[in-house]
Amino acid sequence: MKVQRTIKYEEELNRNFPHEVADYPGGENLWDCIQCGTCSGTCPVSLYMDHTPRKIIAMIRGGFKDDVLKSFTIWICSSCYACTVQCPMTIKITEIMYSLKRMAIDSGYFPKKFAIPVLAREFVEMVKKNGRVNEGLLTTKLMLKTEPFKMLKSASLGIKLMRAGRMNMFASEKIRKPEEITKLLDKLEEK
Amino acid sequence: MIEKEYAYFPGCSLKGTARGYEESLLQVFSTLGIKMKEIDDWNCCGATFYMSVDEMLSFTLSCRNMALADKMGGKMVIPCAACYLATKKTKDYVQKYDTIGGKIRGALNEVGLKYSDKVQLKHPVEILHDDYGLKELSSKVKKSIEHLKVVPYYGCQLVRPYTDVDDPMHPSIMDKVLSALGAKVVNYPLKTRCCGGSLMGTIEDIALRLNYILLKEAVERGGNCIAVLCPLCQFNLDCYQDEINARYNANFSIPVMYFTQVIGMALGLDKEKIGLQRSLVPADSLLR
Repeated sequence: MKVQRTIKYEEELNRNFPHEVADYPGGENLWDCIQCGTCSGTCPVSLYMDHTPRKIIAMIRGGFKDDVLKSFTIWICSSCYACTVQCPMTIKITEIMYSLKRMAIDSGYFPKKFAIPVLAREFVEMVKKNGRVNEGLLTTKLMLKTEPFKMLKSASLGIKLMRAGRMNMFASEKIRKPEEITKLLDKLEEK
Repeated sequence: MIEKEYAYFPGCSLKGTARGYEESLLQVFSTLGIKMKEIDDWNCCGATFYMSVDEMLSFTLSCRNMALADKMGGKMVIPCAACYLATKKTKDYVQKYDTIGGKIRGALNEVGLKYSDKVQLKHPVEILHDDYGLKELSSKVKKSIEHLKVVPYYGCQLVRPYTDVDDPMHPSIMDKVLSALGAKVVNYPLKTRCCGGSLMGTIEDIALRLNYILLKEAVERGGNCIAVLCPLCQFNLDCYQDEINARYNANFSIPVMYFTQVIGMALGLDKEKIGLQRSLVPADSLLR
């Protein structure tokens, strides 16, 4: 019989992880957390999370990098900032969630075809190219890449929106000088 | 009276799913004599998605908009609550973190733009409440809206995390504006509970439940319409009522209007002029 271990050994933790998170703008107060749980109590979506916000903060400080970045919690956070304004230690929990999303995207820590990172990437591509977003086109692209069969289900809503003049996939939502955006963003990346 | 002309930043939604918001805002402001001009060649604010991929790029996009607004006098109006927060956060971070500010200023210089931290950011509800004034506003009422029992739903992005607009959990700025026009404003404790935002497109199960809770409470509190000030809140609450009804065995049919559309009704503007025909749940029963 194989012995199963339910806790981690110290060599499996990443001691640098909390410092990485605290170094991002907004992460400064990470070490002040008193584990009161106000964030988890305020959060309208914590009931869907695999680890509550309070627990995520504790896990970051403990160095559980893999578990944190693999967690669904960071994608479920809808960034409503309720936790941030209620935190008695003024920890910017929502900003920390954003930092974790970026880290997870950068290091590929999410299930394939998972909608949120796909949507984030598609969004960025569209803005880089056109400077603006066409919501209808963005949603369609997202569905094609994640759940193509959902298109059928959503078609009736799409038609209603088109009739109401609220969706036009062919409208060219584009700024006059998209090259200015490209130049700006290139300039940032080269430094 | 407001003398200055505002620099109007519509954002992508007001040109798409939230066209009724733009139409009503423009009509209401011109009827009230508030001058506003669209920022020439504005770009996307970066929004929350950009924030999750690359914060620096997102901040740069917002700074370009602020630099353009600065050239027009520096009073920027942002009706979309999400754009409002993205821009406000950018302004805050550029001031707070030299590493961010320095880099962005440098990049903007390359395209001949200059960022100024003097730019003022305003949501239309702030302009009406703070600059225009409630007294003046109530003197402009042409048509009674006393039959409206409005549920004031603020959502999250306008009042959080920055708390300079109003209380972050229990704001009342829109309540006051709508009351001044004669509407009955319903006491609605969920006024800043999140609608799920873009979760409706990504993890629908969660978002549908969140909106079901909001609609149920709105009806139970006696509301006959909901007033919002964010495109995403309107979209989620208006466009998914059929699906919510089917899933939770409910029968909601409550109009979800932009607060500017409610104001437009009080000013006696035509339904089409303020884009009311674009809502999926019709507001016709409320028109007198």
